[in-house]
Amino acid sequence: MRFIFKTDYAQDLRLFRDEVQRNWYWALLVGLLVLPVLVPDYLIDISLVFIYGLCGLSLMVLAGFTGLVSLGHAAFLGIGAYAHVFFTQDLHLPWLLSVVLSAAITAGAGVVVGLPALRMTGIYLTIATLAFALIIQEVLTHWDGFTNGLLGKAVEKPVIFGYRVGTDLEFYFLCMIFLGGGLWLTRNLLRTPTGRAWVAIRDSEIAAQSMGVNLALYKTIAFAYSAALMGVAGALFSHQIKFLAPDIFNILLSIQFLLMVVVGGLGSLHGAVFGAIFVAMLPVMISEARDTVPVWFGHVFALFGAGDAVQAAVDRFVKQPGLEPGIFGLILVLFILFEPLGIYGRWVKIKVYFSLFPLYKRATFKRQKSYMKSERLR
Amino acid sequence: MSLFKAENLAIRFGGIKAVDGVSFDVEQGQVFTIIGPNGAGKTTIFNLVSRIYDATDGRLVFNGEDITRVPPHEIAARGIARTFQNIELFEHASVLQNLLLGRHAHKRTNFVEELLFLPKARRLELDHREAVEKVIDFLDLQPYRDSLIVNLPYGVRKVVEVARALCTEPKLLLLDEPSSGLNVEETEDMAFWIQDIRSLLGITVLMVEHDMSLVSAVSDKVLALNYGRPLAMGTAREVQEHPDVIKAYLGE
Repeated sequence: MRFIFKTDYAQDLRLFRDEVQRNWYWALLVGLLVLPVLVPDYLIDISLVFIYGLCGLSLMVLAGFTGLVSLGHAAFLGIGAYAHVFFTQDLHLPWLLSVVLSAAITAGAGVVVGLPALRMTGIYLTIATLAFALIIQEVLTHWDGFTNGLLGKAVEKPVIFGYRVGTDLEFYFLCMIFLGGGLWLTRNLLRTPTGRAWVAIRDSEIAAQSMGVNLALYKTIAFAYSAALMGVAGALFSHQIKFLAPDIFNILLSIQFLLMVVVGGLGSLHGAVFGAIFVAMLPVMISEARDTVPVWFGHVFALFGAGDAVQAAVDRFVKQPGLEPGIFGLILVLFILFEPLGIYGRWVKIKVYFSLFPLYKRATFKRQKSYMKSERLR
Repeated sequence: MSLFKAENLAIRFGGIKAVDGVSFDVEQGQVFTIIGPNGAGKTTIFNLVSRIYDATDGRLVFNGEDITRVPPHEIAARGIARTFQNIELFEHASVLQNLLLGRHAHKRTNFVEELLFLPKARRLELDHREAVEKVIDFLDLQPYRDSLIVNLPYGVRKVVEVARALCTEPKLLLLDEPSSGLNVEETEDMAFWIQDIRSLLGITVLMVEHDMSLVSAVSDKVLALNYGRPLAMGTAREVQEHPDVIKAYLGE
């Protein structure tokens, strides 16, 4: 077991807890640099993990830290993506400038959605964001001059300072850098007054207000920052999918983002990334499993002389069209039942298990029943 | 000169007059206590002072300034901090983070400085930490610094809430039933702390309290309320012996 001696206040401001943790992150970085060599065929899928990581980060700021649940984040992604394509391909602006402008435009949209949010809480806010998402999808469908409507828009490869990011490998690193930057900026906010104000609003608005937090201002900042991250993600996303159409940014995508932060673990940056890995990789896993699982079953049941029949039956089952959302839903339900803290919660438990080995007690993470619930002032 | 003054304060919720014509002066360095039966309007007065409710009538004067219409989030910066009857801590954060939030009124960084964690943000964070550590030292909270609030016993949470209020460096501290839910020993500790807050930190205290032993131990002046109207004002002893107060608590 490790004990960290604290001798300096600055220690609590560091990005990493101690040398050991920092070395783990170096190892992770090396792993990410080597990964393309190991799985060269999946680079575009892993780039999507990074982009979804940014989306998860965005929703984590809003839902996980500020406590404002949004079901309209796919709309911000769409606004970012279309704005980026418009700036780079129609106005021929430099790529980085276009990303910044897209972020600014989505941040503006975030403020517009955030303003009514100041008067709404909980489920009402969620419904309002949902309505916003539906409106944006309609706008993207019918504003032909700007979005080319249902015909869609092809997206060119990014060109940064004259350098064309042509290959999947280059795009992989580009997305990685953006996710790293997003994590760093968000972490900075979380260790300074703005982040603490968000957490305070989540846990008790009334106390936050009495401590001097301007609720309207900080909720608006949370919306704007979250939307800006989504805008950046949207710009990258447009290059990842290579072709924009309005129906991509539908309600299901918003639900996937929410799923990401819940499954990852609400209220932690790790959770956003874990959730992104889960949501982006699950479809890849499922499509892999579609081909291999029936064959395995066939091999196993061949021992009983029923190989071909079982293989055909399993094959029929895994080729059902609704399989993917079904599995998503099942996993979400299981997480809420058994691990409300998400993948990150499980991760922490495993870490504690090994750091306390062999003295781990199950009761450490037992949820206590609270018998006193305060009457919150509204 | 009085630090805080309520003049003819009144608030109506529909037809109910929760507070009706209450006036009092809190002198600099005093411990001023408001007592009264349940529903007398004590906490409502606190919510009026911290501007969560808008007064229907009357005036609040703090430090010579009229604060009757100041927005609630500016109250802390003016020098009024409060605790809550049922504890309103940020439950999924550590004690340290809770106390640091108490420094919010002293925030001097802008969004960009925080986003990029510029040297100024780091320097001010360290300053905040130092101020917080002074409060931790003052209230003996060292063992709980990194604990999450959800894992702390009720008595400690109560102290953490006082600590968070002290982190705002208030001139006037509002304590809403500081002893509710505490055992006898913890209540005695609370009495000592309130005395220390007054004598060592020079902070004026406005308190709502039911425990008469605590009230008589620390209060300079007591105001008794019933049905939102003042019954009696004076020292703890005078108020306790006032016939109207006895009638309000015990009946005829």
